[in-house]
Amino acid sequence: MQTRLTINGTSQTRDVAPATLLVELLRDDLGLTGTHIGCDTSQCGACNVLIDGVAVKSCTLLAVQADSKAITTIEGVANGDTLHPMQAAFREHHGLQCGFCTPGMVMAGIEIVRRRGHDLSSETIAHDLEGNLCRCTGYVNIIKAIQAGAKAMGEQNHA
Amino acid sequence: MRDFEYARPTSLADAASAFAGGGEAAFIAGGHTLLPAIKSRLRMPDTLVDLAGIPGLSGVTRDGDTLWIGAMTTHAAVAADKTVAAAIPGLATLAAGIGDPQVRNRGTLGGVIANNDPAADYPAALLALDATVETSSGRHAADDYFQGMFATALADGEIVARVGFKVPLASAYAKFRHPASRYAVVGVFVARYATGVRVAVTGAAPGVFRWTEAETALSAKFGADAVAGLTLNTGDLNTDIHASAEFRAHLAGVMLARAVNEAA
Repeated sequence: MQTRLTINGTSQTRDVAPATLLVELLRDDLGLTGTHIGCDTSQCGACNVLIDGVAVKSCTLLAVQADSKAITTIEGVANGDTLHPMQAAFREHHGLQCGFCTPGMVMAGIEIVRRRGHDLSSETIAHDLEGNLCRCTGYVNIIKAIQAGAKAMGEQNHA
Repeated sequence: MRDFEYARPTSLADAASAFAGGGEAAFIAGGHTLLPAIKSRLRMPDTLVDLAGIPGLSGVTRDGDTLWIGAMTTHAAVAADKTVAAAIPGLATLAAGIGDPQVRNRGTLGGVIANNDPAADYPAALLALDATVETSSGRHAADDYFQGMFATALADGEIVARVGFKVPLASAYAKFRHPASRYAVVGVFVARYATGVRVAVTGAAPGVFRWTEAETALSAKFGADAVAGLTLNTGDLNTDIHASAEFRAHLAGVMLARAVNEAA
Protein backbone atom coordinates (compact mmCIF):
# COMPACT_ATOMS: atom_id res chain seq x y z
CA MET A 1 0.00 0.00 0.00
CA GLN A 2 1.45 3.37 -1.05
CA THR A 3 2.25 5.31 2.10
CA ARG A 4 3.70 8.78 2.27
CA LEU A 5 5.78 9.57 5.33
CA THR A 6 8.00 12.44 6.32
CA ILE A 7 10.79 10.85 8.30
CA ASN A 8 13.22 13.12 10.12
CA GLY A 9 12.34 15.89 7.71
CA THR A 10 12.59 13.89 4.49
CA SER A 11 9.38 13.10 2.64
CA GLN A 12 9.21 9.67 1.06
CA THR A 13 6.65 7.31 -0.41
CA ARG A 14 6.98 3.60 0.31
CA ASP A 15 5.00 0.56 -0.69
CA VAL A 16 4.14 -0.90 2.72
CA ALA A 17 2.34 -4.14 3.56
CA PRO A 18 -0.56 -3.19 5.88
CA ALA A 19 0.59 -5.53 8.65
CA THR A 20 3.97 -3.77 8.89
CA LEU A 21 4.47 -2.08 12.23
CA LEU A 22 5.95 1.39 12.13
CA VAL A 23 8.97 0.18 14.12
CA GLU A 24 9.55 -2.57 11.54
CA LEU A 25 9.44 -0.08 8.70
CA LEU A 26 11.89 2.20 10.50
CA ARG A 27 14.37 -0.51 11.45
CA ASP A 28 14.12 -3.13 8.71
CA ASP A 29 13.29 -1.07 5.62
CA LEU A 30 14.84 2.30 6.42
CA GLY A 31 17.79 1.15 8.53
CA LEU A 32 16.91 3.54 11.35
CA THR A 33 17.92 1.10 14.08
CA GLY A 34 18.13 3.70 16.84
CA THR A 35 14.47 2.98 17.59
CA HIS A 36 14.58 -0.25 19.60
CA ILE A 37 12.14 -3.11 20.10
CA GLY A 38 12.22 -4.06 23.77
CA CYS A 39 9.00 -5.77 24.73
CA ASP A 40 6.84 -5.51 21.58
CA THR A 41 3.83 -5.26 23.92
CA SER A 42 3.54 -1.46 24.49
CA GLN A 43 5.10 -1.69 27.94
CA CYS A 44 8.75 -0.61 27.75
CA GLY A 45 8.90 2.52 25.60
CA ALA A 46 12.18 1.62 23.85
CA CYS A 47 10.37 2.15 20.53
CA ASN A 48 9.09 5.67 21.28
CA VAL A 49 9.06 8.01 18.30
CA LEU A 50 7.32 11.34 17.71
CA ILE A 51 4.42 11.53 15.27
CA ASP A 52 3.56 15.13 14.44
CA GLY A 53 5.51 15.97 17.60
CA VAL A 54 3.61 13.60 19.91
CA ALA A 55 5.31 10.54 21.43
CA VAL A 56 3.89 7.13 20.59
CA LYS A 57 5.04 3.55 20.87
CA SER A 58 5.97 2.54 17.34
CA CYS A 59 5.56 -1.18 18.12
CA THR A 60 1.82 -0.56 18.50
CA LEU A 61 1.16 1.42 15.36
CA LEU A 62 0.90 0.26 11.78
CA ALA A 63 3.13 2.11 9.34
CA VAL A 64 0.03 2.76 7.21
CA GLN A 65 -1.60 4.52 10.19
CA ALA A 66 1.22 7.08 10.02
CA ASP A 67 0.39 7.96 6.40
CA SER A 68 0.79 11.69 5.69
CA LYS A 69 2.38 12.28 9.07
CA ALA A 70 5.79 13.54 10.18
CA ILE A 71 7.85 11.04 12.15
CA THR A 72 10.86 11.94 14.24
CA THR A 73 13.16 9.17 15.44
CA ILE A 74 16.20 9.39 17.69
CA GLU A 75 18.31 9.81 14.52
CA GLY A 76 16.39 13.00 13.76
CA VAL A 77 16.66 14.97 16.98
CA ALA A 78 20.28 16.15 16.77
CA ASN A 79 21.23 19.15 14.68
CA GLY A 80 24.05 17.77 12.57
CA ASP A 81 26.91 16.99 14.95
CA THR A 82 25.32 19.00 17.75
CA LEU A 83 23.35 16.79 20.10
CA HIS A 84 19.79 17.71 21.01
CA PRO A 85 19.82 19.26 24.53
CA MET A 86 18.02 16.17 25.86
CA GLN A 87 20.68 13.89 24.35
CA ALA A 88 23.46 16.11 25.70
CA ALA A 89 21.89 15.99 29.16
CA PHE A 90 21.77 12.17 29.09
CA ARG A 91 25.50 12.17 28.27
CA GLU A 92 26.35 14.81 30.87
CA HIS A 93 24.39 13.10 33.66
CA HIS A 94 25.17 9.56 32.52
CA GLY A 95 21.48 8.76 32.24
CA LEU A 96 22.15 5.21 31.06
CA GLN A 97 24.09 2.05 31.60
CA CYS A 98 23.62 -0.46 28.79
CA GLY A 99 21.88 2.15 26.62
CA PHE A 100 19.15 -0.06 25.21
CA CYS A 101 16.28 1.99 26.64
CA THR A 102 18.02 5.34 26.01
CA PRO A 103 16.52 6.31 22.62
CA GLY A 104 13.02 5.78 24.04
CA MET A 105 13.94 7.65 27.23
CA VAL A 106 15.22 10.64 25.24
CA MET A 107 12.00 10.74 23.21
CA ALA A 108 9.94 10.38 26.41
CA GLY A 109 11.92 13.28 27.90
CA ILE A 110 11.12 15.45 24.89
CA GLU A 111 7.46 14.43 25.24
CA ILE A 112 7.38 15.40 28.93
CA VAL A 113 8.70 18.85 28.03
CA ARG A 114 5.98 19.20 25.36
CA ARG A 115 3.28 18.51 27.93
CA ARG A 116 4.75 19.95 31.11
CA GLY A 117 7.21 22.66 30.12
CA HIS A 118 10.82 23.20 31.13
CA ASP A 119 10.68 23.38 34.89
CA LEU A 120 10.14 19.79 35.98
CA SER A 121 10.19 18.26 39.45
CA SER A 122 11.76 14.84 39.82
CA GLU A 123 8.34 13.55 40.97
CA THR A 124 6.71 14.75 37.76
CA ILE A 125 9.39 13.11 35.65
CA ALA A 126 9.23 9.83 37.58
CA HIS A 127 5.43 9.78 37.18
CA ASP A 128 5.55 10.57 33.47
CA LEU A 129 8.17 7.89 32.81
CA GLU A 130 5.63 5.22 33.73
CA GLY A 131 5.65 4.00 30.14
CA ASN A 132 9.42 3.56 29.91
CA LEU A 133 11.40 0.74 31.47
CA CYS A 134 15.10 0.74 32.31
CA ARG A 135 16.49 -2.51 33.68
CA CYS A 136 19.93 -1.13 34.65
CA THR A 137 19.96 2.24 36.31
CA GLY A 138 17.22 2.59 38.89
CA TYR A 139 16.21 5.77 37.01
CA VAL A 140 18.04 8.28 39.24
CA ASN A 141 20.36 9.62 36.55
CA ILE A 142 17.67 9.36 33.88
CA ILE A 143 15.49 11.68 35.94
CA LYS A 144 18.40 14.07 36.51
CA ALA A 145 19.14 14.04 32.78
CA ILE A 146 15.55 14.80 31.79
CA GLN A 147 15.36 17.60 34.37
CA ALA A 148 18.54 19.18 33.00
CA GLY A 149 17.58 18.50 29.38
CA ALA A 150 14.21 20.17 29.87
CA LYS A 151 15.89 23.25 31.30
CA ALA A 152 18.43 23.34 28.49
CA MET A 153 15.64 23.07 25.89
CA GLY A 154 14.02 26.14 27.49
CA GLU A 155 17.28 28.07 27.42
CA GLN A 156 17.86 27.10 23.81
CA ASN A 157 14.39 28.42 22.92
CA HIS A 158 15.24 31.77 24.47
CA ALA A 159 18.75 32.00 23.05
CA MET B 1 1.92 -10.23 12.04
CA ARG B 2 -0.35 -12.15 9.72
CA ASP B 3 -1.16 -9.92 6.76
CA PHE B 4 -4.51 -8.23 6.25
CA GLU B 5 -6.17 -5.70 4.00
CA TYR B 6 -6.37 -2.12 5.21
CA ALA B 7 -8.99 0.51 4.40
CA ARG B 8 -9.18 4.11 5.53
CA PRO B 9 -12.67 5.39 4.70
CA THR B 10 -13.63 9.04 5.11
CA SER B 11 -17.27 8.59 6.17
CA LEU B 12 -19.21 6.30 8.49
CA ALA B 13 -21.17 4.96 5.50
CA ASP B 14 -17.97 4.05 3.64
CA ALA B 15 -16.60 2.48 6.81
CA ALA B 16 -19.70 0.30 7.09
CA SER B 17 -19.32 -0.83 3.44
CA ALA B 18 -15.61 -1.57 3.88
CA PHE B 19 -16.46 -3.60 6.96
CA ALA B 20 -19.27 -5.50 5.26
CA GLY B 21 -17.11 -6.37 2.25
CA GLY B 22 -13.97 -7.14 4.27
CA GLY B 23 -14.49 -10.80 5.22
CA GLU B 24 -13.55 -11.14 8.89
CA ALA B 25 -13.22 -7.38 9.42
CA ALA B 26 -12.36 -5.24 12.41
CA PHE B 27 -12.48 -1.51 13.03
CA ILE B 28 -9.28 0.07 14.29
CA ALA B 29 -9.24 3.31 16.30
CA GLY B 30 -6.05 3.87 18.32
CA GLY B 31 -5.19 0.20 17.96
CA HIS B 32 -3.71 -0.15 21.42
CA THR B 33 -5.82 -3.15 22.28
CA LEU B 34 -6.45 -4.50 18.79
CA LEU B 35 -2.84 -4.59 17.56
CA PRO B 36 -1.57 -6.52 20.61
CA ALA B 37 -4.51 -8.91 20.10
CA ILE B 38 -3.53 -9.40 16.44
CA LYS B 39 0.13 -9.92 17.35
CA SER B 40 -0.85 -12.69 19.76
CA ARG B 41 -3.36 -14.10 17.25
CA LEU B 42 -6.29 -13.65 19.57
CA ARG B 43 -7.71 -11.73 16.61
CA MET B 44 -7.02 -12.65 12.98
CA PRO B 45 -8.88 -10.11 10.83
CA ASP B 46 -8.86 -10.22 7.03
CA THR B 47 -9.47 -6.47 6.87
CA LEU B 48 -8.79 -3.57 9.19
CA VAL B 49 -11.04 -0.56 8.69
CA ASP B 50 -9.26 2.49 10.12
CA LEU B 51 -11.65 5.08 11.56
CA ALA B 52 -8.97 7.80 11.79
CA GLY B 53 -9.86 9.36 8.44
CA ILE B 54 -13.50 10.06 9.30
CA PRO B 55 -14.03 13.70 10.26
CA GLY B 56 -16.13 14.69 13.26
CA LEU B 57 -15.37 11.76 15.56
CA SER B 58 -13.04 13.68 17.91
CA GLY B 59 -13.51 16.42 20.43
CA VAL B 60 -15.49 17.50 23.47
CA THR B 61 -18.66 19.61 23.59
CA ARG B 62 -21.03 20.42 26.40
CA ASP B 63 -24.72 20.65 25.58
CA GLY B 64 -26.68 21.58 28.72
CA ASP B 65 -26.40 18.70 31.17
CA THR B 66 -24.65 16.41 28.71
CA LEU B 67 -20.93 16.27 28.01
CA TRP B 68 -20.34 14.73 24.58
CA ILE B 69 -16.98 13.16 23.78
CA GLY B 70 -16.19 11.91 20.29
CA ALA B 71 -15.28 8.24 19.93
CA MET B 72 -11.85 8.97 18.44
CA THR B 73 -10.88 11.40 21.21
CA THR B 74 -7.67 10.14 22.82
CA HIS B 75 -7.25 9.60 26.54
CA ALA B 76 -4.59 12.33 26.54
CA ALA B 77 -7.06 14.79 24.99
CA VAL B 78 -9.78 13.95 27.53
CA ALA B 79 -7.29 14.19 30.42
CA ALA B 80 -6.14 17.64 29.26
CA ASP B 81 -9.53 19.06 28.27
CA LYS B 82 -10.72 22.03 30.34
CA THR B 83 -14.41 21.42 29.60
CA VAL B 84 -14.11 17.84 30.89
CA ALA B 85 -12.20 18.95 33.99
CA ALA B 86 -14.82 21.60 34.79
CA ALA B 87 -17.87 19.41 34.14
CA ILE B 88 -16.79 15.93 35.30
CA PRO B 89 -13.42 15.98 37.09
CA GLY B 90 -13.67 12.26 37.84
CA LEU B 91 -13.65 11.58 34.10
CA ALA B 92 -10.48 13.62 33.58
CA THR B 93 -8.80 11.71 36.41
CA LEU B 94 -9.87 8.42 34.89
CA ALA B 95 -8.49 9.29 31.45
CA ALA B 96 -5.20 10.48 32.97
CA GLY B 97 -4.75 7.10 34.66
CA ILE B 98 -5.11 4.83 31.63
CA GLY B 99 -1.91 3.10 30.52
CA ASP B 100 0.98 5.55 30.25
CA PRO B 101 1.55 8.88 28.44
CA GLN B 102 2.44 7.30 25.09
CA VAL B 103 -0.51 4.91 25.25
CA ARG B 104 -2.83 7.81 26.15
CA ASN B 105 -1.64 9.63 23.04
CA ARG B 106 -3.14 6.86 20.88
CA GLY B 107 -5.87 5.06 22.83
CA THR B 108 -9.44 6.28 22.32
CA LEU B 109 -12.75 6.31 24.19
CA GLY B 110 -14.55 4.55 21.33
CA GLY B 111 -11.92 1.85 21.07
CA VAL B 112 -12.16 1.08 24.77
CA ILE B 113 -15.92 0.78 24.92
CA ALA B 114 -16.27 -1.13 21.64
CA ASN B 115 -13.86 -3.70 23.09
CA ASN B 116 -15.32 -3.68 26.64
CA ASP B 117 -12.40 -5.28 28.41
CA PRO B 118 -13.68 -6.25 31.88
CA ALA B 119 -10.73 -4.40 33.47
CA ALA B 120 -10.96 -1.23 31.36
CA ASP B 121 -11.64 2.06 33.15
CA TYR B 122 -14.10 3.90 30.88
CA PRO B 123 -16.98 1.39 31.20
CA ALA B 124 -17.26 2.31 34.89
CA ALA B 125 -17.57 6.00 33.95
CA LEU B 126 -20.24 5.35 31.32
CA LEU B 127 -22.32 3.28 33.69
CA ALA B 128 -22.01 5.64 36.68
CA LEU B 129 -22.56 8.74 34.54
CA ASP B 130 -25.73 7.31 32.95
CA ALA B 131 -24.14 7.74 29.53
CA THR B 132 -25.61 7.46 26.07
CA VAL B 133 -23.59 5.69 23.38
CA GLU B 134 -24.38 7.22 20.00
CA THR B 135 -23.46 5.02 17.07
CA SER B 136 -23.65 4.95 13.30
CA SER B 137 -27.17 3.54 13.59
CA GLY B 138 -28.72 4.72 16.84
CA ARG B 139 -28.33 5.21 20.56
CA HIS B 140 -27.77 2.86 23.49
CA ALA B 141 -28.14 3.63 27.19
CA ALA B 142 -25.01 2.57 29.08
CA ASP B 143 -27.21 0.38 31.31
CA ASP B 144 -28.04 -1.74 28.24
CA TYR B 145 -24.78 -1.31 26.34
CA PHE B 146 -22.34 -3.36 28.45
CA GLN B 147 -23.24 -7.03 28.26
CA GLY B 148 -20.42 -8.85 30.03
CA MET B 149 -16.85 -9.72 29.11
CA PHE B 150 -15.95 -8.19 25.71
CA ALA B 151 -19.67 -8.09 24.85
CA THR B 152 -21.69 -4.98 23.98
CA ALA B 153 -24.98 -3.99 22.40
CA LEU B 154 -23.14 -3.07 19.18
CA ALA B 155 -24.31 -5.00 16.13
CA ASP B 156 -21.76 -6.28 13.61
CA GLY B 157 -20.48 -3.27 11.71
CA GLU B 158 -22.01 -0.69 14.06
CA ILE B 159 -19.58 2.14 14.88
CA VAL B 160 -19.44 4.21 18.07
CA ALA B 161 -19.59 7.90 17.09
CA ARG B 162 -19.67 9.67 20.44
CA VAL B 163 -20.64 9.25 24.06
CA GLY B 164 -22.86 11.62 26.05
CA PHE B 165 -22.12 11.70 29.79
CA LYS B 166 -24.78 13.14 32.12
CA VAL B 167 -23.02 15.88 34.10
CA PRO B 168 -23.25 15.06 37.83
CA LEU B 169 -23.15 17.33 40.88
CA ALA B 170 -19.92 15.57 41.88
CA SER B 171 -17.96 12.55 40.74
CA ALA B 172 -14.75 10.66 41.40
CA TYR B 173 -12.96 7.54 40.20
CA ALA B 174 -10.63 5.47 42.35
CA LYS B 175 -8.78 2.44 41.10
CA PHE B 176 -6.28 -0.06 42.35
CA ARG B 177 -4.27 -0.50 39.22
CA HIS B 178 -2.21 -3.42 38.12
CA PRO B 179 1.38 -2.15 38.35
CA ALA B 180 2.45 -3.43 34.93
CA SER B 181 -0.63 -3.16 32.71
CA ARG B 182 -2.29 -0.22 34.53
CA TYR B 183 -5.63 -1.91 34.03
CA ALA B 184 -7.98 -1.81 37.01
CA VAL B 185 -7.65 -4.71 39.43
CA VAL B 186 -10.68 -2.92 40.85
CA GLY B 187 -11.98 0.52 39.88
CA VAL B 188 -14.99 2.31 41.37
CA PHE B 189 -16.71 5.34 39.81
CA VAL B 190 -19.10 7.34 41.97
CA ALA B 191 -21.43 9.97 40.51
CA ARG B 192 -23.80 12.06 42.60
CA TYR B 193 -26.97 13.51 41.06
CA ALA B 194 -29.90 15.41 42.50
CA THR B 195 -31.95 12.28 41.79
CA GLY B 196 -29.55 9.90 43.55
CA VAL B 197 -26.10 8.36 43.44
CA ARG B 198 -24.78 5.93 40.83
CA VAL B 199 -21.84 3.63 41.54
CA ALA B 200 -20.13 1.41 38.96
CA VAL B 201 -17.40 -1.16 39.50
CA THR B 202 -14.90 -2.37 36.88
CA GLY B 203 -12.09 -4.91 37.03
CA ALA B 204 -13.67 -6.95 39.78
CA ALA B 205 -16.04 -9.21 37.84
CA PRO B 206 -16.44 -10.62 34.29
CA GLY B 207 -18.07 -7.32 33.32
CA VAL B 208 -18.64 -3.81 34.63
CA PHE B 209 -21.66 -3.56 36.96
CA ARG B 210 -23.59 -1.15 39.18
CA TRP B 211 -23.22 -1.57 42.92
CA THR B 212 -26.84 -1.07 43.89
CA GLU B 213 -26.40 -1.48 47.68
CA ALA B 214 -23.80 1.29 47.64
CA GLU B 215 -26.09 3.46 45.52
CA THR B 216 -28.98 3.06 47.96
CA ALA B 217 -26.82 3.81 51.01
CA LEU B 218 -25.13 6.82 49.39
CA SER B 219 -28.39 8.21 48.03
CA ALA B 220 -29.72 8.27 51.61
CA LYS B 221 -26.54 9.81 53.03
CA PHE B 222 -23.50 10.72 50.94
CA GLY B 223 -20.39 9.91 52.95
CA ALA B 224 -17.85 7.13 53.36
CA ASP B 225 -19.39 6.22 56.74
CA ALA B 226 -22.66 5.39 54.96
CA VAL B 227 -20.95 2.54 53.09
CA ALA B 228 -18.44 1.46 55.75
CA GLY B 229 -18.37 -2.33 55.94
CA LEU B 230 -20.33 -2.79 52.72
CA THR B 231 -18.84 -5.65 50.70
CA LEU B 232 -19.45 -7.40 47.41
CA ASN B 233 -20.37 -11.08 47.22
CA THR B 234 -17.10 -12.89 46.42
CA GLY B 235 -19.04 -15.50 44.44
CA ASP B 236 -19.60 -12.91 41.70
CA LEU B 237 -15.97 -11.72 41.51
CA ASN B 238 -12.92 -12.81 39.52
CA THR B 239 -10.06 -14.85 40.90
CA ASP B 240 -7.00 -14.79 38.67
CA ILE B 241 -3.22 -14.47 38.74
CA HIS B 242 -3.54 -10.82 39.82
CA ALA B 243 -5.95 -11.07 42.75
CA SER B 244 -8.35 -13.39 44.54
CA ALA B 245 -12.07 -12.69 44.74
CA GLU B 246 -11.67 -11.97 48.47
CA PHE B 247 -8.95 -9.39 47.78
CA ARG B 248 -11.07 -7.79 45.05
CA ALA B 249 -14.07 -7.60 47.40
CA HIS B 250 -11.90 -5.84 49.96
CA LEU B 251 -10.41 -3.50 47.36
CA ALA B 252 -13.87 -2.55 46.12
CA GLY B 253 -14.78 -1.27 49.60
CA VAL B 254 -11.53 0.68 49.85
CA MET B 255 -11.87 2.19 46.36
CA LEU B 256 -15.52 3.07 47.06
CA ALA B 257 -14.54 4.96 50.21
CA ARG B 258 -11.75 6.79 48.37
CA ALA B 259 -14.04 7.82 45.54
CA VAL B 260 -16.79 8.95 47.93
CA ASN B 261 -14.33 11.00 49.99
CA GLU B 262 -13.00 12.64 46.85
CA ALA B 263 -16.47 13.44 45.53
CA ALA B 264 -17.81 14.64 48.89
